[in-house]
Amino acid sequence: MSAILSIEGLTVGLPKGADRPHALSRVTLELRAGEILCVVGESGSGKSMTASAILRLLPPNVAIEAGRILFEGKDLAAATEAEMRAIRGAGIAMIFQEPMTALNPLRTIGDQIGEMFRIHTDLGRAETDKRALALLEDVHIPDPKLAMRAYPHELSGGQRQRAMIAMALALSPRVLIADEPTTALDVTTQAQILALIRDLQRRLGTAVLFITHDFGVVAEIADRVAVMQHGILVEQGEAAEVLQRPQHAYTQALIAAVPPLTAPPPRAFSSEAILRLEGVSKTYRNGGFFGRGKRVTRAVRDVSLVLPRGGTLGIVGESGSGKSTLARCIMHLVKPDAGVIRLGDTDLASLSPAQLRASAKRIQMVFQDPYGSLNPRRRAGELVAQGPMVHGMARGPAMARARELFALVGLDPAAIDRFPHEFSGGQRQRIGIARALALDPEVLVADEPVSALDVSVQAQVLKLLAELRARLGLSIVLITHDLRVAVQVCDLVAVMKDGEVVEHGPIGRVFEAPEHEYTRSLLASVPGRDFALAKGAAPLSRV
Amino acid sequence: MKRFLRDYARSPAAVVGLLLLILVIGMAGTADWFFPRDPLALAGRPLQWPGANPRFWLGTDNSGRDIAAQIFHGARIALLIGLVATSIAVGIGIGIGAVAGYYGGIVDDVLMRVTEAFQTLPNFLLLLVLVSVFGSEMSTVVVAIGVVSWPAPARLTRAEFLSLRSREFVEACRTLGMRDRQIIFREILPNALPPVIVYASVVMAVAILLESALAFLRLSDPNVASWGNLIGLGRDVLRVQWYVSAIPGVAILLTVLAVSLVGQGLNDALNPRLKGR
Repeated sequence: MSAILSIEGLTVGLPKGADRPHALSRVTLELRAGEILCVVGESGSGKSMTASAILRLLPPNVAIEAGRILFEGKDLAAATEAEMRAIRGAGIAMIFQEPMTALNPLRTIGDQIGEMFRIHTDLGRAETDKRALALLEDVHIPDPKLAMRAYPHELSGGQRQRAMIAMALALSPRVLIADEPTTALDVTTQAQILALIRDLQRRLGTAVLFITHDFGVVAEIADRVAVMQHGILVEQGEAAEVLQRPQHAYTQALIAAVPPLTAPPPRAFSSEAILRLEGVSKTYRNGGFFGRGKRVTRAVRDVSLVLPRGGTLGIVGESGSGKSTLARCIMHLVKPDAGVIRLGDTDLASLSPAQLRASAKRIQMVFQDPYGSLNPRRRAGELVAQGPMVHGMARGPAMARARELFALVGLDPAAIDRFPHEFSGGQRQRIGIARALALDPEVLVADEPVSALDVSVQAQVLKLLAELRARLGLSIVLITHDLRVAVQVCDLVAVMKDGEVVEHGPIGRVFEAPEHEYTRSLLASVPGRDFALAKGAAPLSRV
Repeated sequence: MKRFLRDYARSPAAVVGLLLLILVIGMAGTADWFFPRDPLALAGRPLQWPGANPRFWLGTDNSGRDIAAQIFHGARIALLIGLVATSIAVGIGIGIGAVAGYYGGIVDDVLMRVTEAFQTLPNFLLLLVLVSVFGSEMSTVVVAIGVVSWPAPARLTRAEFLSLRSREFVEACRTLGMRDRQIIFREILPNALPPVIVYASVVMAVAILLESALAFLRLSDPNVASWGNLIGLGRDVLRVQWYVSAIPGVAILLTVLAVSLVGQGLNDALNPRLKGR
């Protein structure tokens, strides 16, 4: 097969003061007709920059310095702006990561798809509408006629992404660039969108450049793979070849960081319960003027769970399943409407505000967003020392404790004088963990502690949590949407759907013999499931 | 800090504003040295044009007082009004806005309705009422100006708090067992402050103008050499000896302009979203 898009020695310069001189350096890449090429790499590897360079949509101060981008024999790096406009959308189309921000919130879906025809063709209004409808049918959106008239916020995330794909395919482009199109979606939706892209690509013969950080996704859909690190293409080849026999050390490390999908052997933990939830419910009532347009969301319904001392309970569910609300109920950031939460023998609801503040020592939380969870105007050491200081420790000993904790979570104790923005995402999450540990809690509630991190960093942070659990005898509640994360550290798992726990039990049992329909569909949707399972059965030699 | 100065210096308008402001501060600082006499004391023949008598290089007003002396001493009053009234307005505003934004719900509703009640009255009318009830001593005038100017900073602070209070770092502080007072003033406020500081420059400019307007209506303290008083005095001879009103008018114009330009410069330098534009 011939190449439809080939990049030759592409070098893209970054402005002065960036962490490296080139966003991309001498990248040579070929996309052949009718194949899916996955570009894989961690954040900052230049994979999205490649997509922007192809469409010549680079941010200001970033420019192509050398190399050619040949699309059907034409060099895009040298094309005029008018020529580029004719190619964008019609010749090369793009799907973005976050469909909510990529769609115009003030215009209907049908209108936005029709815009493609209005810009690039001179079809009449009726014909445009007909084609837009046909496209929405093509991407299997439920009730296409209704979706035509819907505004972006009226569709679910998966439906929005389908609409984006319909828009991208409107003019039958020869090349489709997909920049992390499933990262913002739930596992089950992700599986559907991946199947859709695969199916459309087979039917229409479009070449797809698929950008992702997830080797599971690669295993799922790629024909060929290109691996990028720091703006350099380190390896490319057939998907099976790269996945089974990675040559470059970086590829090997990335693949080794892909968690296996089999549960580790069960660990021993005490049968005494440290945290007990009994029939916890939380309902949100929304607005409503004299009872009109009132919305009632039952975020958590009648959840009863037990966390044994020294154990790790995973709470798994998709977005909107109520798992984060449950975590906030446990932390008393949100007051449950009904039910009892017992920490040891104390019922947290019966405590006065002052007692509640004092009991904060016993249960601590690690947050999802390593950027938002640290006050940007405080130094890292202070952030960690704050907890002990609130509970009466003097500043000197508290800072000394912060130093110890920095060492414990694998940070340089000398770094306590730095501000949060001077740390990387993984390091910030370590600060968050150190802050939670500063009060010597018995229970740690971790709300999606690794979902904002790269795969290799995820593996490190999870390893740290497992180590700390063993060293300090912590009991952990781990909230996650990713089954692959849960299986690495949890002893027990509870699967949540629409606010209810549909299944819970030891993780080995739930993974090998899921009882509930929903658990089965979650497990089946994990991208690259076969690859991960095969890897678990025959582990690669670690690098 | 160095980066902040560099960002600030990038805008020529901001630098001009800062130079003008330094000039006004310089005038206030050197007033006693250049004009050691009471600026309101009789100095010479009334209504001499600027330049007509080398002793009075900005001329004399209709009671024969030195205009240059009044301008220099008036700079002190203008800055004093600006700083004190702004501190009062921003202080009340931050307190009310922070509490309303942090607690939300019924507390927010009550405080915001009160704020709106203040906002629906034109603040100059309210100022007139306060001054006519409590008298027109300088201290009363300054406090009154502060008291009528707080609603806008309050709303701004509240908006910042609304977006900051749901951030994870605030939840983290609550899980550490911190008291609300500590969270509001030590954790959230420093993050909410930059836009409020920038807005304070607007409040300061408006405060100086409010005092001038009062003085123009002869409702300000007549025993103080304020620029507004001088304008009010010049009103009687406006058609022929227009310079009596014009000179303090230009002084007010430049001071307000300086404060606004500095505020704009601060906004550009403190707002990370505008960087690199």
